Amino acid sequence: MWAAVLIASGGCYALKLAGMSVPERVLADARVRRIGALLPVALLSALVVTQTFATGHDLTVDARSAGLVVAAAAVLARVPFLVVVTAASAAAALVRAVS
Amino acid sequence: MSAERDTWPAVRTAVVRDAVGIGVATGAYALSFGAIAQTAGFSVVEACVLSLAMFTGASQFALVGVVGAGGAASAGVATAVLLGTRNALYGVRLAPLVRAHGLRRLGAAHLVIDESAAMATAREDPRAGRLGFWATGLAVFIFWNAGTLIGAAGASAIADPRSLGLDAAAPAAFLALVAPRLLHRETAVVAALAALAALASTPFVAAGVPVLLAALVAVAAGLRPEARSR
Repeated sequence: MWAAVLIASGGCYALKLAGMSVPERVLADARVRRIGALLPVALLSALVVTQTFATGHDLTVDARSAGLVVAAAAVLARVPFLVVVTAASAAAALVRAVS
Repeated sequence: MSAERDTWPAVRTAVVRDAVGIGVATGAYALSFGAIAQTAGFSVVEACVLSLAMFTGASQFALVGVVGAGGAASAGVATAVLLGTRNALYGVRLAPLVRAHGLRRLGAAHLVIDESAAMATAREDPRAGRLGFWATGLAVFIFWNAGTLIGAAGASAIADPRSLGLDAAAPAAFLALVAPRLLHRETAVVAALAALAALASTPFVAAGVPVLLAALVAVAAGLRPEARSR
């Protein structure tokens, strides 16, 4: 795991430093800006659904789904981040406890 | 000139107060990162090194999330680095404002994250923007690392994290991160297509890869010729 930790950390730092070091006109390209804005949206959305519904190669609906529903309600209620995460965990734990 | 002298201490106080507030909030968020990393099989030390060395929340959550779900380490690394590309875009915008060179630039680059970029660009006065960048970056760095240590050490004391529903914490964290970005119709459509692509490919490719395939949706949408920039 250490290799993954160090390589990913190095890669993320290299991107930060590169951004600080390249000329500003790189941002002039509208496609670069658009992809830069859309990439986190696509990756995070994919992470939400795969972390909720994927178990290996199978798609399943289990206690994590209840957690996601509660998380969505919490996000809509604009509660702090830690409350969102805690409420989702509690919902999943509750479903597991009763099933 | 005199007006500026009169107001600068007040501006400085306001900027630092905001920075500490954001630092405390992200510290709370780091508690969940530490706990999720621990649940995903990362040691307390590995979680702390991630927060110290990677220091960009979404990428850290992605790495431990993908690996924790059984994905290859390489897929986790690729997802984390792809998520880190937005810091490069922030850096391009911040460089002329921060104007750091040599060693200071190496330090400044490490502090380029969502929060410091937002605080630096939220102020019209360049001096306040520069202070906002450094104060927010440093405040988040301190609270983020303290929170990670407490969260990871706390979770390591729990025998079965799944019984507490901690495996549902990661998707909730990703949802909270993406939600503010879904306000425009185009980004909401990209989010939906990316989610569909990831789910549809899950049965056929190795764990972790569906998320990378979803990234192609963003690239395709960004390159779309008829897309208008905002």
